[in-house]
Amino acid sequence: MTEIEIRKAMQDELGEIVKQELNNIAPEVDLATVDPAADLREAVDIDSMDFLNLVTALHHRTGIDIPETDYPKLVTVSGIVAYLGAKLQSAKA
Amino acid sequence: MVEFLMPSLGADMEAGTLVEWLVKPGDRVKRGNIVAVVETQKGAIEIETFQAGQIENLLVDVNSKVPVGTPLALIRTEGEEGAAVAAPAPPVPTPVPVPTAPPTIAALSRPPAPPQKPIGAAMPPPLAPAVVRRLPASPAARRLAAERGIDLSIITGSGPGGAIVYVDVERQFGAAPPPAEKRRAGWLDLAAMRTAIAAAMARSKRDIPHYYLEHQIDVTPCENWLAEKNAALPPDSRLLIGALALKAVALAIHRFPAFNGFYLDNKFEPSKAVNVGVAIAIRGGGLAAPALHDADQMSLHDLMSGMRDLVQRTRSGRIRSSEMSDPTITVSSLGERGVEALYGIIYPPQVAIVGFGKVVTRPWIVDGAIGPRSVVTMTLAGDHRVTDGHAGALFLAEIGKFLQEPEKL
Repeated sequence: MTEIEIRKAMQDELGEIVKQELNNIAPEVDLATVDPAADLREAVDIDSMDFLNLVTALHHRTGIDIPETDYPKLVTVSGIVAYLGAKLQSAKA
Repeated sequence: MVEFLMPSLGADMEAGTLVEWLVKPGDRVKRGNIVAVVETQKGAIEIETFQAGQIENLLVDVNSKVPVGTPLALIRTEGEEGAAVAAPAPPVPTPVPVPTAPPTIAALSRPPAPPQKPIGAAMPPPLAPAVVRRLPASPAARRLAAERGIDLSIITGSGPGGAIVYVDVERQFGAAPPPAEKRRAGWLDLAAMRTAIAAAMARSKRDIPHYYLEHQIDVTPCENWLAEKNAALPPDSRLLIGALALKAVALAIHRFPAFNGFYLDNKFEPSKAVNVGVAIAIRGGGLAAPALHDADQMSLHDLMSGMRDLVQRTRSGRIRSSEMSDPTITVSSLGERGVEALYGIIYPPQVAIVGFGKVVTRPWIVDGAIGPRSVVTMTLAGDHRVTDGHAGALFLAEIGKFLQEPEKL
């Protein structure tokens, strides 16, 4: 696998993890219809408790430390995937 | 001998369906043990006993619907002789809110035992095999299994402690997941919940002369304190501003006990315990406000864990009977996605509800200079039969003062 392929596979896996955890919080929402660039609070009706549960779950699944100061980067599905991907990359480097 | 009664799980409840016994005759129970599951308009509720002892016999069959106050079982209390004659003992010792205003409902709330189930009948009702084995399983799993006529004992559980959860039942039988509409709030019946909300709120608006107050406060100190505190904590242990708000209300009650308790039989009964009802929105359109017991005594950390647990259990339909029946005041927070203020309706027989709007950035004067601050609008709906606006204003101001010094909460 090339570096690009590896990165793609990682992105796909992270995307899957984010969707699974969002589905646990909002089982009634069809995530396939959610724009990856949409604000999750609006698109999936996520409140602060839901969001904390999402961050907790992502922390447990990936081992990535997600400080509160980074919350503004976690507003959309694509934002979360990019954030987690960058964190994993920098951990490897 | 003590009768274990169908409890009132809210002012609007008239009857409940016993869906499962978690004990059998001869079992020893301790105060707080969950002994049965009752289906109400608010979903399946786990019923605890307040009486320690030994289960003498069960008086009501599974799947029977009985009025509030009906004896469900007899409990032989500690130290009672085997030959002791069953005497009508006081039921649940904690104050259970019972509908009082409409006489018809009041009459319903303490009915005699159903004649077909005399107290002397020693025969335990026949139990389904799955119930006798008392497999650990979630109410949702039990419900699905019952709907499909499935024996739980052949299923391997994947939940905590090997408990059977909904997906296990589904997986075992290759059942298609239910349509999105049904999954919306797990197994909660939102239509029934709406009926229950309608009954309680209509009664409140009819019987309770509400007055409303609002007060804006600067919560920048809370935000700064939380940011510093949470920076060092993993996500599981982080606090939300809602926990600070809840604690501030609970502490303010110490000086203003007239906002904490029940209005029953034309008089106010203050409560020593501060059991704060937490208004929890159910996805898909529902609302419940179960209690966090003794919120004034809890550390912020415990309060936060308690809130997370309560929200999670309420949304998945696992509320305990005591949590449904005994909130002494309610707190409703709109959270960050709401609007600036909410004007609550008191949940009878309580006498107050405190609302918190979303945190907004506003120009504010601090030390003579204008600057951006985080501001919250708090509201109070009070029962004019018990308190006046003057006391309400002092109560709201006291809550605001607590939120200026979050480190002391």
